[in-house]
Amino acid sequence: MTDAFADQVALLARRSVVRTARQPANVVFPLVFPLLLLAVNSSGLRSATHLPGFPTDSYLAFALAVPFIQGALFATMNAGTDLARDIQTGFLNRLALTPMRSIALLAGQLGGVMVMTLIQAAVWIAAGLLLGVHFAAGPLGIVVLFVYALLIGLGFGALGAFLALRTGSGEAIQGLFPVFFVFLFISSMALPRNLIETDWFRTAATINPVSYLLEGVRSLIIIGWDPEALGLGFGIGAVLAAVALSLATMALHTRMERT
Amino acid sequence: MRTLYVAQGVAWRVLHNVFTNPSLLLPSLIFPLFFFTAFAGGLSGIARVPGFDYPPGYTAFQFVFVLLQSAAFGGVFTGFGIARDFESGFGRRLLLAAPHRTGIVLGYAAAALVRWAVTIGVVTVVALLVGMNVAGSGIDLVGLYTLGLIINVAAVLWATGVALRLRTMQAGPVMQMPVFLLLFFAPVYVPLALLQGWIHDVARVNPITRVLEAGRGFLAGTPTEVGLAFSVGGALVVLFSFWALRGLRSAEQAG
Repeated sequence: MTDAFADQVALLARRSVVRTARQPANVVFPLVFPLLLLAVNSSGLRSATHLPGFPTDSYLAFALAVPFIQGALFATMNAGTDLARDIQTGFLNRLALTPMRSIALLAGQLGGVMVMTLIQAAVWIAAGLLLGVHFAAGPLGIVVLFVYALLIGLGFGALGAFLALRTGSGEAIQGLFPVFFVFLFISSMALPRNLIETDWFRTAATINPVSYLLEGVRSLIIIGWDPEALGLGFGIGAVLAAVALSLATMALHTRMERT
Repeated sequence: MRTLYVAQGVAWRVLHNVFTNPSLLLPSLIFPLFFFTAFAGGLSGIARVPGFDYPPGYTAFQFVFVLLQSAAFGGVFTGFGIARDFESGFGRRLLLAAPHRTGIVLGYAAAALVRWAVTIGVVTVVALLVGMNVAGSGIDLVGLYTLGLIINVAAVLWATGVALRLRTMQAGPVMQMPVFLLLFFAPVYVPLALLQGWIHDVARVNPITRVLEAGRGFLAGTPTEVGLAFSVGGALVVLFSFWALRGLRSAEQAG
């Protein structure tokens, strides 16, 4: 990576962060809404821990994995909406007239998403610790959790960027939000897969990759070091990031050619 | 008579917009179905928690929550439409054209009711198709759907009051968040007796808990807290009627 390219990425990442920070709704909502749902669900479903075979006696510890994925979904929406706005306002067109490399735009945008992801992960972990969650994998597990959150944030952020580059419309990105939420709800979000009694739902949750992303986070919090859960979680996260980045890069080239 | 004429015109326009625009119609149909699927399907194991006692089963238990949720959010979605009308300038033209402006509020409320009737019709058919048990009699079911209707009216009046005061789509979270909190601070997943800690204390004083418990009682054929639930619903409608009409005055003063 040349110095010039690094400067371009740093500048655009800074722009992405500043733009997010200047819109309180883009900062507060992705932090408050998952915490609110965590509070409601962890209290409302506390009695689920009495089910035979439930893996922990703290539903809060079980549910703490959910904000990590919800935060990633918000990252998808924010990255996508911001990039779509750049297309709609003509920023991308003007960028094409400068010596700046187009790929720096993508890297910069994703850099901003990663900063937001780090802040979110720190908030979820701090909330868990304050509310008495014991992280079974210890301090090193918390470090791994940050790395894992960054990987998922990168994957979903790149997916949002790809959709923005393909559609060029912020409204289209917002319209896709419920679709992503379906993946979260039809997963092992609320109960472990082996305790889901409805057959078709258990099958759907087993096919759904989001279940494995959740179980990766959950394993570090309630089990400790579970190679299978971590391998599947990191594996799916890496595939998602690689595929989404490739698609976003191709879409960016197409978009810049059109420009 | 003039009020009803205005109400009919406003309701017809809202319904025409909603039923000819899939991006407005589908979310209000899909979201309740989605919540019903996710809660009744994904959480059915909760019915095995010691102390859970609801004879019709977990699907019926969640159906009542989804019924009330769709009623409340049907009202909020109509509030979004009002805000959109005022943001685009149509609302101001409506104020100028209507000989009796209370009809505007009535029209939006009537449209919300029809919209919810379609939504809950679809959700009910799906629930019956997936084998939901209904233990209540015909009279019980009338009570259940009437409770939903009351909540729908209360929610649309609340959202109308917000929309008429703020007159911008950015008011969406203000309309949505209190409704969301009231609904989810009730016994959504398990009966009140199985809730523990702060959520139990909050749910106990939450007025929606009474409505939810009464609705579940109707579906189970064992009506409970009926008078209290209807009183709560009625009080919400009266309170938010004043709120909506004061909002109308606020919109009139803004010109």
